[in-house]
Amino acid sequence: MLIDTLTRWLLRAGAIVSALVMLLILAFLLIESWPVLDQITPTRFFTDTSWHPMEGAYNLMPMLSGTLLASVGALLLAIPLGIASALFIVFYAPIYFALPYKRLIELLAGIPSVVFGFWGLTTLVPLINQLHPPGASLLAAILVLTLMILPTITLTAYAALNAVPKEYLHGAAALGLSRWGMIYGVVFPAARSGIVAGIILAAGRAIGETMAVLMVAGNVVQHPEGLFDPIRTLAANIALEMAYAMGDHRAVLFVSGLLLMLLVMLLSAMAGKMENNQYA
Amino acid sequence: MLEVITMDKWQSYRDRFIQLLIYCLVLLVSAVFVWILFDLIKGGWSHLSWEFLTQSPFDAGRSGGIGPILISTLLILLVALITALPLAWTTAALLAEYVPVTSQFGKTIRFSLQVLAGVPSIVFGLFGNAFFSIYLGLGFSILSGGLTLACMLLPILVSTAEAGLRAVPQSYRLSAAALGMSRTATLIQLLLPAAAPTLAAGLLLGIGRAVAETAALLFTSGYVDRMPDSLLDSGRALALHIFDLAMNVPGGDTPAYASALVLVVLLLCINILAMKLAYGLQRRRIMSL
Repeated sequence: MLIDTLTRWLLRAGAIVSALVMLLILAFLLIESWPVLDQITPTRFFTDTSWHPMEGAYNLMPMLSGTLLASVGALLLAIPLGIASALFIVFYAPIYFALPYKRLIELLAGIPSVVFGFWGLTTLVPLINQLHPPGASLLAAILVLTLMILPTITLTAYAALNAVPKEYLHGAAALGLSRWGMIYGVVFPAARSGIVAGIILAAGRAIGETMAVLMVAGNVVQHPEGLFDPIRTLAANIALEMAYAMGDHRAVLFVSGLLLMLLVMLLSAMAGKMENNQYA
Repeated sequence: MLEVITMDKWQSYRDRFIQLLIYCLVLLVSAVFVWILFDLIKGGWSHLSWEFLTQSPFDAGRSGGIGPILISTLLILLVALITALPLAWTTAALLAEYVPVTSQFGKTIRFSLQVLAGVPSIVFGLFGNAFFSIYLGLGFSILSGGLTLACMLLPILVSTAEAGLRAVPQSYRLSAAALGMSRTATLIQLLLPAAAPTLAAGLLLGIGRAVAETAALLFTSGYVDRMPDSLLDSGRALALHIFDLAMNVPGGDTPAYASALVLVVLLLCINILAMKLAYGLQRRRIMSL
């Protein structure tokens, strides 16, 4: 029928446009960063003496280390909290607590990053400042990021734990395993790939997070020496300097955007592979 | 027998310790959530009023309200949805109804959307600035902000709509085919209405994402806090207003608290509604089995 053929073409056109968005983004990041990529050898992003884009010194390393330290710190805190939360919902919670707690986590996922940042700025930073000035620091960034990635880890771990076949649990119970023995010996191995995929996704979110970190991290370009030193992340750097960047400086910011995107693409490809393995 | 009992005793201590630990961690997470909400309510409640929601901001937002900012947010959201919805729903219909799961075409589109879902919002901001604001010449405007958000919303809209369409029982399609309905008619008259609650839930989730977004709008829709005259005017979104008050305006904390409270309450309502739709559907399906 004519109308069916028309519909099919219409749908196909829509889908192709959707898929092209991705390519368009990559293409524009490449075009905008080309002036710099063309002139400068990429090693200069790691070997230049400092980050002084006005004078042509483009060392991205301090910001890369800030990004990675904040993300790793947040993961170290959020993984135990997230897995404990998921275990609580699936195995430990009394029936009338499990669902409300899951809802609470889902609502936590919906709180905007700027609100987390604002709360961190007005509550956490003064608290840390009392402990050890200046307050706006790597620690504040880690704590705020933890709150932001906790829902991702919890909800993916919940889905993975929930998907473990009930026969496994019955079998473990019939063998007389204790509750933790069952969780550690049977449930975790069965749910491992799902939980790890969730952690990788959360790592991607932490690396790309901008506003919350920008508001609490202090934004000094340096390799932090301790938890109380201020840091600047790659994403925060883009948000801070994009407003006045011109020429090569602007192109370098696009390079760092490209770098962020490649990092996150790598992570999401890894997470995708993990999830596929689960069903294999 | 005695041995078994002693071993069990050790295990049961361990079990109890771990249970206690998990309860403590869960309590900690809940307490922090309540702490955040409490702080926002304490800081913003007294400043909230009808005037605050409708008036224009004065003195860089220190006094006055957020009227034009709410309007700008709404306009940005409308532009994003009007652009993203047709694209997302046609893509979802194609993926769910017309291409086999294993086909290369479907896989490519799905992969590209999966990658898009992971792109950090600041990168969307860079792209929107380079493409919509400068290359297409839209400048710092509600239109370029909305279009940037549309790109961001595509993955979540497609994945929820596809899941909704796939959840429609196969018997519907077979019956429609047996009655001689065309596939287009089946899609429009039968499958889309049957999947409507999931489509609505996805739509609400998308709205929540869009309203919460800041980084992607920083260099696309701009900072101007006047009432926008047209879609080509710059307009400040609510989330961006909070950011600006907190970071760039000394003494802007109280209106920032109030704006944050408005934003969080709005998002809680949207998300709870989305959950109700999604879970209500699930419950009905389980009950009809």
